[in-house]
Amino acid sequence: MSTSPSASIGRRTVVLGLSAGACALVLAPKAAEATRAEADELIAKLAGGAKPQMDARVKIKLPEIAENGNTVPFTVSVDHPMVAGNSVTAIHVVAEGNPAPQVASFHFTPTGKAEVYARMRLAKTQEVRAIAVLSDGTALEGRKEVKVTVGGCGG
Amino acid sequence: MRAARTILAVLALVLAVRSPAWADPPFDPKDPAMAKYISGDKRSGYTFAEPETRAMQDDDFMNPAMLWVGKGETLWSTVEGSAGKSCASCHGKAEETMTTAGAHYPKYDAGERKVVNLEQRINLCRSQAMGAAEWKYESEPLLAMTTYVKMQSRGVPVSVVVDGPAAPWFDAGRRFYYERRGLNDVACAHCHVDHWGQHIRTELLSQGMTNGFPTYRLKWQKLGSLHRRMAGCNEEIRAEPYPLGSFEYVALELYLAWRAQGLLVETPSVRK
Amino acid sequence: MPTPKVKFNETAAKGDILEVKTMIDHDMESGQRKDAAGKVVPRKIINAFACTLNGKMLFSAELAPAISANPALNFFFTATESGTLEFKWTDDDGSVYGLSRPLTVT
Repeated sequence: MSTSPSASIGRRTVVLGLSAGACALVLAPKAAEATRAEADELIAKLAGGAKPQMDARVKIKLPEIAENGNTVPFTVSVDHPMVAGNSVTAIHVVAEGNPAPQVASFHFTPTGKAEVYARMRLAKTQEVRAIAVLSDGTALEGRKEVKVTVGGCGG
Repeated sequence: MRAARTILAVLALVLAVRSPAWADPPFDPKDPAMAKYISGDKRSGYTFAEPETRAMQDDDFMNPAMLWVGKGETLWSTVEGSAGKSCASCHGKAEETMTTAGAHYPKYDAGERKVVNLEQRINLCRSQAMGAAEWKYESEPLLAMTTYVKMQSRGVPVSVVVDGPAAPWFDAGRRFYYERRGLNDVACAHCHVDHWGQHIRTELLSQGMTNGFPTYRLKWQKLGSLHRRMAGCNEEIRAEPYPLGSFEYVALELYLAWRAQGLLVETPSVRK
Repeated sequence: MPTPKVKFNETAAKGDILEVKTMIDHDMESGQRKDAAGKVVPRKIINAFACTLNGKMLFSAELAPAISANPALNFFFTATESGTLEFKWTDDDGSVYGLSRPLTVT
């Protein structure tokens, strides 16, 4: 290991150029299309055959920029009654940019509200998809793009 | 030709350092909620974190570091070693006896004739008072106990003694901080003094304040010590890291504690 | 041995919607990571969670390796009756970690 005495302020510009490469850090590109097909297949399976319709009532809350992809907090909520015979029965979360797109399946009973919080791993910048299945078998979908900081400074 | 190259270099520099519009620093220094995390021109890492990360720290239940704190609490009263003692045998209730200790380490230890950090102080208690085996640096019990003890000082301003017998450690720490090292040939100060608040690509540089350590890092998905963080910084600039608990890192820890003086102990913090 | 924890208002009025916060210490080893020797670290995650009130299912979850270490799960239920809330986390190795808490509805 070699160190040298601190340099004068005059070398600051050089330092910055180097620093820019110091942290192996990128905002990764969007997921490839190939995984979207995989995600679609998974969603079809999870939704029990129903074709999910995009619906604004399915909301995914995510950081605008995930500071690190290893721990990304998220909340999925569905603005829908939770009474016997008319409720949300499941929310499936799919991250199509991950090596394996399945994140979690949450099963609800007609109580409280259709909302869940958890933390997930995201391999890259991508669209996270949530599929809500209603008690009548309908499937609704919400999507949210999240920028993911991959790598990051430090060990 | 030379001039053209200079212009190119400056241009590259501006592009590298300028924040993209979506990556503005997520803190507003005038936000009253931030007052607790600012002391003069010093800013806790909290003020550089995204709102979702801050929320994780704000709620003790949701802060995953508390899983370790719970283990530390159990260990506090666990009898171990040949003397048949636990921490509680000598120190009673941590909530009563450890209310400021965490804010004042590293500290010169007259018996050891050296500056020790909190991890080392805990291990000295184990080997000397309890007759128990020392815990390995970065092991779960040592992290848990360090965090449990330091958390008792939450809200207490960091303040350390850097003169007298501690002076050689402080001087060595300051020298380390300003010394260029590694293949990238940069010093701690280049990022954390000269360019905090700016971005290296997407990485927002903080002031490198230590008042929240040990910290739960989203990247690690676990609790980790300040020395682990230092080793990570060193590796990132392509410098060989020193061993955790080494003279170099304890000295640097003392210098960093001095830099953070006035900021409140936030342990256990949550950081990216 | 993981030590899970839960938090909710253990005393509530009938009809209140209560938030339940849960967390368990677990590495959630994804099965996609390699160790220093280059060998794949075998998958070991909490793959399921369930919460019941007096034996009736309130909420359950199936988790994939994309869930972060030390999984937190927060959800809601409506306070209808007093009784016992039971929580269960199921590990890939078959272990089940459990907790139960009383609920008083007035």
